[in-house]
Amino acid sequence: MVAVQETVERVRRIDVDQYRYGFETQIESDKAPKGLSEDTVRFISAKKNEPAWMLEWRLEAYRRWLTMTEPTWARVDYPKIDYQDIYYYAAPKPKKTLSSIDEIDPEILKTYEKLGIPLREVAILEGVEPPPGGPQTPNRKIAVDAVFDSVSVATTFQKELKAAGVIFMPISEAIREHPELVQKYLGTVVPTSDNYFATLNSAVFSDGSFVYVPPGVRCPMELSTYFRINERNTGQFERTLIIADKGSYISYLEGCTAPQRDENQLHAAVVELVTLDDAEIKYSTVQNWYPGNSEGKGGIYNFVTKRGDCRGKNSKISWTQVETGSAITWKYPSCILRGDNSSGEFYSIVISNGFQQVDSGTKMIHLGKNTSSRIISKGIAAGKSQNTYRGLVSAHRKATGARNYTACDSLLIGDKCGAHTVPYVEAKNSSATFEHEATTSKISEDVLFYCLQRGLSEQQAIGLVVNGFAKDVLQKLPMEFAVEAQKLISISLEGSVG
Amino acid sequence: MTQVLAKADAGCATSNFLASALERLPGAGLVPHIRARAFEAYARAGLPHRRMEAWRYTDLRALIGEVLPLAPRPDAAALARAKASARRVAVDQAVKLVLVDGIFAPELSDLGELKNELHVQSLREVLENSATGAMAGLVLSTTDDAVIALNAAMASDGLVISIAEGNTIRRPIQIVQVATGSSVSAFTRSYLQLDKGAHATVVQSFISAEGASGYQANDVLIALAGDEASLSHLRIAADAADAVNISSGIIAVGTRAKLDLFSMTCSGSINRYQGFVTLGGEGSKLSANGVNLVKDKLHADTTIVVDHAVPHCTSRQKFRAVVDDCGRSVFQGRIVVRPVAQKTVASLSTRALLLSDQAAADNKPELEISADDVTCSHGATSGALDNNLVFYLRARGLSEMDAQMLLIKAFIGESIEEIFADNLRDFVTAQAEHWLQERL
Repeated sequence: MVAVQETVERVRRIDVDQYRYGFETQIESDKAPKGLSEDTVRFISAKKNEPAWMLEWRLEAYRRWLTMTEPTWARVDYPKIDYQDIYYYAAPKPKKTLSSIDEIDPEILKTYEKLGIPLREVAILEGVEPPPGGPQTPNRKIAVDAVFDSVSVATTFQKELKAAGVIFMPISEAIREHPELVQKYLGTVVPTSDNYFATLNSAVFSDGSFVYVPPGVRCPMELSTYFRINERNTGQFERTLIIADKGSYISYLEGCTAPQRDENQLHAAVVELVTLDDAEIKYSTVQNWYPGNSEGKGGIYNFVTKRGDCRGKNSKISWTQVETGSAITWKYPSCILRGDNSSGEFYSIVISNGFQQVDSGTKMIHLGKNTSSRIISKGIAAGKSQNTYRGLVSAHRKATGARNYTACDSLLIGDKCGAHTVPYVEAKNSSATFEHEATTSKISEDVLFYCLQRGLSEQQAIGLVVNGFAKDVLQKLPMEFAVEAQKLISISLEGSVG
Repeated sequence: MTQVLAKADAGCATSNFLASALERLPGAGLVPHIRARAFEAYARAGLPHRRMEAWRYTDLRALIGEVLPLAPRPDAAALARAKASARRVAVDQAVKLVLVDGIFAPELSDLGELKNELHVQSLREVLENSATGAMAGLVLSTTDDAVIALNAAMASDGLVISIAEGNTIRRPIQIVQVATGSSVSAFTRSYLQLDKGAHATVVQSFISAEGASGYQANDVLIALAGDEASLSHLRIAADAADAVNISSGIIAVGTRAKLDLFSMTCSGSINRYQGFVTLGGEGSKLSANGVNLVKDKLHADTTIVVDHAVPHCTSRQKFRAVVDDCGRSVFQGRIVVRPVAQKTVASLSTRALLLSDQAAADNKPELEISADDVTCSHGATSGALDNNLVFYLRARGLSEMDAQMLLIKAFIGESIEEIFADNLRDFVTAQAEHWLQERL
């Protein structure tokens, strides 16, 4: 079956030449000298007024990075990156010390307004209608940390969060104000030696968000970070660290955009999540970096390491991602299911257009007893793009009773693109039960029969079932933030191939 | 840094090794040149290791470390031992071609009345006869896989079989490859050509003679099935418990041709079967199936790459693994659908049954799709025997063991029942049952 017209049109609406966030903000900025050396690392550390241990940590990562080689196993193809031709630090020049949100450079405020991200403490985002008939949600708030190039420019609702005991601040501030927490957890999920891009990030990361939710606290609002690359020739290297202490809960959202430019820009982020006993983190991403133009020129290289560690028993981490941007995406949000009875989830919708290349998926590593994981991935490839799902599920010797269910479907629009599925299913424990399937034809006969009996045609029935399924995935996203994702909500996956 | 050293080591060891073997290897005209080039390709890469995606789960550098010296030509005593072993695996009604330690043994082979319908030559004959020089290039062709390149450099013998247009060979052709030596290696390479509309069944059995141990077998089969031809190929590996067997099949099929593949591995220490199938003619059909029966410390790897190069082709694959003791079963399946290959129908199912706590199973079913009007699916599962099912059978009076046996038989039966010919299906079933009996 080929894609239905409705899907084709919806995907067309988010094609690369329709990119809406390609504008550039004219603002003076403060940059590190071009290139990467120990001096660059020292420069960034000094700019951030970091303690000595942090500088040492960065330098160790830098030295290790020098011994590593760029990975080539992913199904992406790009010209060699010149790591000396990048600015590793760029920050908007502060006009004076800020005491309130109103003192932020109006150019930056305007930028975020244009992006639909409120830096003033408002409840409802632009373009989002409250659900008809639903509650008017007066107390539905979102705290935003806005990262502009290498620095965090504003973090909202800090007071209210403080009252609840939640720490939400730029990681550069956390290093100074909560060194004990940062030292205890930083690099414990993604070690500095983890992979080429994570090691690079460890050496030069400039900002990002830090969240700590104390035991038993249910975070009173959604937290979110909005990343914006603005400056030319810069790389963005942010680092996010979220810790949910015993019995706590937090929902966190992340969004990103960048101006339209002919050269490629590098984004190499690291996200670390830690859940202790009975805690839960829900992490959602709407990734919309500039994907390059319709000839494949420009765009962001998105090499990201995201990993969650379910360290405590009964803990849970859930990743949801909607990926539409970037020229190249190399990203595998993963869960280490260490605590007994812990569970991991991965819900993903990846849409590639133009000349985009995506190699994304997840890793579910079952270490503890009775751990469970669930992977739902939908890939849609159009234009001349290549869209790869790459997922690992593994059960180690002691992971008695581990369970996994994986379903990944992909759909091609046109014959110039490619959709690929590369699952790795590794069982080292006989009581581990793993199921992987990649097909959409597996709609239950009963359900189809039920629909047909009520007068739907087979096509309509399949459409209904598949649509309902896709919505299930999208509804995992807190919609307040994901204006863009709403457009994708009714994408039908009829006619998809394995 | 260490990687570079390892590579140099691997190359170095074999270059002396090739030089010492060269005088014993057959070849006239261009053949020595082809061998040298293939060897260079191997030396550049060295033995495959886990950082190569295709060998991720079967790291030959760690598992076997080195390639053993070439086996000596079998003497009369070796042939006698081989004969005794070959008899034990004889397929009912099959005509037999026997290779002992990598050398064709005509005295053990018997084509019966098929002599006139089949054109059979030994690889040695083909390579030494300069009149068939063009053929040598084809038979010794390589891919980018290092073990296939090594095989082209080192192949000592094999069979070159062709079946003329429209010919149907009713009896299975069984190629028995026997190892009689210890700590030696054998490189064999066979070439099979079915012209338009020809039909044939080829069974390859890998076995060891009594007393053989620690040997390495490296076999390559290149097969071409012409338009409307039909080829069944079964490979059954029942090597000595400490033996290494790496077999590769490179098979291309033409328009409306039909190919049935079956691979069973039931003993050995390291076993890898890699099949590369190109569906090159419209309307061709592939059915590829297999069973890995794994116990002790066996590492059994089945890797199948199916290339849908043209529209309207169908491929179906079912693989099952039963893993006991400290065994490890690996299945990698890759389905490639080229941009032109519209209307492709491809499915792949791989399931592993783990019977012990030390057992491991790795599955990697891969789809690489570049055409939009196709139906492709894959599924992979792994897990233990379902206790509810065992209980159900026990409630009906079966002993625990019988219940398990029945369930395991049914599990592997899903794949074995895809074998079309009754006598071959029975043959494989009997071998599988023998394995199950031994396990208890």
